[in-house]
Amino acid sequence: MSASPDAIVSIRNLSKSYRRGNQVLPVLTGISFDIARGEFVALMGPSGSGKSTLLNLIAGIDSADSGSIKVAGVEITGLSENELARWRAHSVGFIFQFYNLIPVLTAFENVELPLLLTSLSRRERREHVEAVLSVVGLADRMDHYPSQLSGGQQQRVAIARAVVTDPEILVADEPTGDLDRASAEEILKLMDRLVHELGKTIIMVTHDPRAAEKAHLIRHLEKGELSES
Amino acid sequence: MFMLKFIVRNMFRHKLRSILTVVGVAVAVLAFGLLRTLVGLWYSGAEHASATRLVTRNAISLIFPLPVSYLDRIRGVPGVTQVSYGNWFGGIYIDEKHFFANYAVQPASYLDLYPEFRLSPKERSDFLMDRKGCIVGSKLAKTYGWKVGDIVTLKGTIYPGNWEMVVRGVYHGAEKTTEERILLFHWDYLNETLKKSVARRADQVGFYMVGVKKPELAPDVALTIDGIFKNSLAETLTETEKAFHMSFVSMTEAIMVAIQIVSYMVIAIIMVVAANTMAMTARERTGEYATLKTLGFKAGHLGVLIFGESVAISLFGGVLGAVGTFPAALWIETQLAQFFPYFSVSRETITLEVLAALLVGVISGIFPTWRGATIKVAEGLRRIG
Repeated sequence: MSASPDAIVSIRNLSKSYRRGNQVLPVLTGISFDIARGEFVALMGPSGSGKSTLLNLIAGIDSADSGSIKVAGVEITGLSENELARWRAHSVGFIFQFYNLIPVLTAFENVELPLLLTSLSRRERREHVEAVLSVVGLADRMDHYPSQLSGGQQQRVAIARAVVTDPEILVADEPTGDLDRASAEEILKLMDRLVHELGKTIIMVTHDPRAAEKAHLIRHLEKGELSES
Repeated sequence: MFMLKFIVRNMFRHKLRSILTVVGVAVAVLAFGLLRTLVGLWYSGAEHASATRLVTRNAISLIFPLPVSYLDRIRGVPGVTQVSYGNWFGGIYIDEKHFFANYAVQPASYLDLYPEFRLSPKERSDFLMDRKGCIVGSKLAKTYGWKVGDIVTLKGTIYPGNWEMVVRGVYHGAEKTTEERILLFHWDYLNETLKKSVARRADQVGFYMVGVKKPELAPDVALTIDGIFKNSLAETLTETEKAFHMSFVSMTEAIMVAIQIVSYMVIAIIMVVAANTMAMTARERTGEYATLKTLGFKAGHLGVLIFGESVAISLFGGVLGAVGTFPAALWIETQLAQFFPYFSVSRETITLEVLAALLVGVISGIFPTWRGATIKVAEGLRRIG
């Protein structure tokens, strides 16, 4: 199976297992699939099916036992820890279920974090941060700490942080899992805008069928194997 | 700059915990500094002793006297510039709680040998002229409100009776380390009284102070003096003033070593406490460290963050403790003057205090830094939620 020419993510024969004591628990077994540039893909499946593991592998925060993962032409399975860190810094944006904002930093500073790893000047960083906070509708909340923001607002800050470096792909692990319905809707609309207006590729793990409906493509994982719906 | 801001914000994240750690380090550093100062002061008498002064005493023990007739023979030893003599009087003022050193000395020669005891010319001549006169150190005078012309009565312990004397001068030390809590009076007053009351104890001195031309001559002069009185009824032991002081200090050496060990233990204990606090902090922030790594931050960045916080907290406490050492030392000097007439903190002690705090920060930061820097991202992220 060869990669499609417009695929931004190309996975081949990917396997991953965890070791618990003497026991080896296979999570993913020989998975192969592509994700096209600008696509919004939802990964669904029961708990323990390997959705988050697959997301982590694509995002380069976990290592595969075997197989290949190419993201925007870069084979990431062969990269060292430091190379992966550098690659993640400019190629992947992360959106977490519990936002994962740093509580002692303001919304502005949280969004600025990934830019500290770039060569941008302070003024340029400020411009970038202000721009993305405006996109997510939080220009007036820049100096607020996470504890002063609602769940939905915190997730929007997390999205702003994910896109501030203009990465190729965004990975989202249950981005609406900790939000009420209205806030979840807002976040999904925002993600939809990122795909349609900014051309981002989003891979989202979710349990929520209503969240998955927003995606262009839903893939199911069960017992380490992938199916499309 | 951002990292610095981040470290400072993290420091005050759990205010109570950070404040308690800072206070803990400050108190430990303060205790370390005061204990070190105490040990240093214990040896300071010996360290500030003159290299051109020798002490001659009875070879058997300091409590045995020497005949005053040795004076001229010691004076005749080549290299000797001046000889004085005296006795430890051991008098009590009011009661035993009011302790201070008091000596009966040959005044003119003694003051010549101790130029660091500064008196005005008038006070000096008044003291020398009055056989029942005495001089007192300025700190001692301040303690009891004595001034020139006051009558001081000491109750003798070694030499029984009430010994009345008139304050003829208040001396000031030339150096900060000069002892200013001593009373000196005429040896003749003691000797003449003894001649009348206990004649067998008269004409005897407890020690001779011998001035030498150059420090290099001290060993030869000491050997010559002891040689002169070898095989006599009262053999002598002559040693430098430093060695003389050290013979007293060495009696309490074990206590001083114990105090030094305690001072290091204090630092070791706070190190364990600080390490536990930092480990707890790092464990709580595992998810954040994983998030930062996810965003592309490397182990080095996290190291700076965790290590920086550990060092900053300890240094903050250390500087507080070091600064607090000065008022604490001043308080000891004023409130416990009878035990510590001079309690000055040296620059070396302050440096050691800050270095000890730095060491606490470095050691207590090592393990949490290692844990934070080596955390697996996926594993760390699983801890959130």
